[in-house]
Amino acid sequence: MKQLKFDAAVIGGGAAGMSAAAELRSRGCSALVIEREEELGGILMQCIHNGFGLIEFNEELSGPEFAQKIEERAVASGIEALCGTTVLEIRQEGGFHVVYGVSSRHGVVRVEAKAVVLAMGCRERNRGNIRIPGSRPSGVYTAGLAQRLVNIDGYIPGKDVVIIGSGDIGLIMARRLSWSGCKIHGVVEILPYPSGLTRNIVQCLEDFGIPLYLSHLTTNIRGKDRVQGVEITPVENGAVRYDKSFEIPCDTVLLSVGLVPENELSRNLGVEINPATNGPWVDSRLMTNIPGVFACGNVLHVHDLVDYVAEEARRAGAFAADWLAGASPQRELRLKTGSNVRYLNPSKVDPDRENKIYLRSMVVKNGAVLEARIDGRVVKSIKKAHVQPSEMLFLTLGPKDLAEPDQRTASQSAQVEIAIV
Amino acid sequence: MSEMICITCPLGCHLSIQRISETEISVTGNRCSRGETYAKEELLFPKRVVTTTCRAVGLPAGAQAASLYAPRRVPVRTADAFPKEKIPELLKLAANLEVTLPVRRGEVLVRDALGTGIDLVATRTISCGEPS
Ligand SMILES: Cc1cc2nc3c(=O)[nH]c(=O)nc-3n(C[C@H](O)[C@H](O)[C@H](O)COP(=O)(O)OP(=O)(O)OC[C@H]3O[C@@H](n4cnc5c(N)ncnc54)[C@H](O)[C@@H]3O)c2cc1C
Ligand code: SF4
Repeated sequence: MKQLKFDAAVIGGGAAGMSAAAELRSRGCSALVIEREEELGGILMQCIHNGFGLIEFNEELSGPEFAQKIEERAVASGIEALCGTTVLEIRQEGGFHVVYGVSSRHGVVRVEAKAVVLAMGCRERNRGNIRIPGSRPSGVYTAGLAQRLVNIDGYIPGKDVVIIGSGDIGLIMARRLSWSGCKIHGVVEILPYPSGLTRNIVQCLEDFGIPLYLSHLTTNIRGKDRVQGVEITPVENGAVRYDKSFEIPCDTVLLSVGLVPENELSRNLGVEINPATNGPWVDSRLMTNIPGVFACGNVLHVHDLVDYVAEEARRAGAFAADWLAGASPQRELRLKTGSNVRYLNPSKVDPDRENKIYLRSMVVKNGAVLEARIDGRVVKSIKKAHVQPSEMLFLTLGPKDLAEPDQRTASQSAQVEIAIV
Repeated sequence: MSEMICITCPLGCHLSIQRISETEISVTGNRCSRGETYAKEELLFPKRVVTTTCRAVGLPAGAQAASLYAPRRVPVRTADAFPKEKIPELLKLAANLEVTLPVRRGEVLVRDALGTGIDLVATRTISCGEPS
């Protein structure tokens, strides 16, 4: 058994893990990144399209370019990494967090750490999660798995493809496969509007004349050994119109129906999960209910831009370093989701410093206002030309916004409500 | 008269375009001037950044066996937005291209692709070194 000791163990070597570890190093803590794959980079390595990095690097990069730039920074800061190592369990032993993993090179690995940063990313929802009826032929893939097959392994999953769900990964794959000589016969979306970015609708579907079936339910996947077709059915005013069902012949189906944070390890460790995000509940320092265990990136909540992942992870690294140095906030105010807000992350703020809060809208709205209130009093309001569920929003709240107007009313129970109006 | 959605910012204005001549159009429905620029470029000289992969060759003998990690594809992209009508030809070129490892991120694989003045570059470094 390989035994190691670090100030911080970071689980997952994607954009989040590498950024958090680099920040820990730059603050003088030793940090080990443990990654299941044979290389660092995470999901970005298969996202070969461009559009990453406008915020972080001020240029439009592809996924691998972004990942390698982050990796270079992290390596320069002196992080250590253990690749090809899958973490199986995190336990509390004698005042330490102990991370157990397995690796083909080292066998069982045991890492003792004072702090742990969870950065395991997310996984895709699959057919079981959305209950599409029909037989179980081969040829049904999640869009991300197909992305990996095509971009990393160099295989084409099939020739005639139907994509279920209009999420960005599915749209990107529609273009990727069209450019690889496949025919995409349609993208089927149950909602009346696409869930991916307009830019991707234009550049990944319209450019290739791929039909987008909005308000359509997939009612059957047909085929014996291999997929032969999918049956889709329009939804009109809430009614599924079986009389109008039709079949699209195909040999391959891609599912692009959302992502879920990967929290098996966290749950087993006793980390409490927020049902609105499927990620851990975290306080103003991005620390979970288990002292010394932090979370960032897609394991905390699904981000749409990797630039936000990197930014959040740096904060997680900094908070972990503060915690290792024995610092903790004097007090925290609870955050409450107000109207039209699906979730807020983190769930508390520290009134003595600047706090960055990520949130998602439940509605599509032009001319919206993001409002923070304490006891009904508006303490901050930000105009937003446009909000929609697929675009993450953020706001900052600092000592100025969170100061109590009247010291006598300052109570432990004070909470900040954030709403979209 | 044609319609398009401006994708320059998330507002996604629905633009109506009137063709005046070969090289002139008039745009309505845009909430700012960037919408007009977008429509002109899209109609008159549409361009896209193209990303794809090429076959990786020349792994040192034994590397495949020695390390579990042996990449087969090298991700590539055009260094700039590429004329849309030439994309199919560019994809053919890339599909037949073999890239000898090691390769460096940003390395030019095809200079001045199809006479457009735009290079095709690798988007990741593959060193074939020992894994960490
Ligand atoms: C299929 C897919 C496509 C995407 N496409 C885009 C896109 O086009 N544009 C965009 O901006 N964003 C995209 N995203 C979102 C993207 O994931 C984030 O932007 C960002 O890269 C996430 O970084 P992360 O570090 O949080 O997670 P990841 O990059 O997923 O990294 C998590 C890492 O943890 C490792 N890991 C997990 N469990 C363990 C374990 N038990 N032991 C050891 N290691 C473990 C994984 O191997 C992985 O490397 C996509 C996501 C997915 C799933
Ligand atoms: S026209 Fe202007 S406001 Fe409208 S989508 Fe384009 S850039 Fe945005």
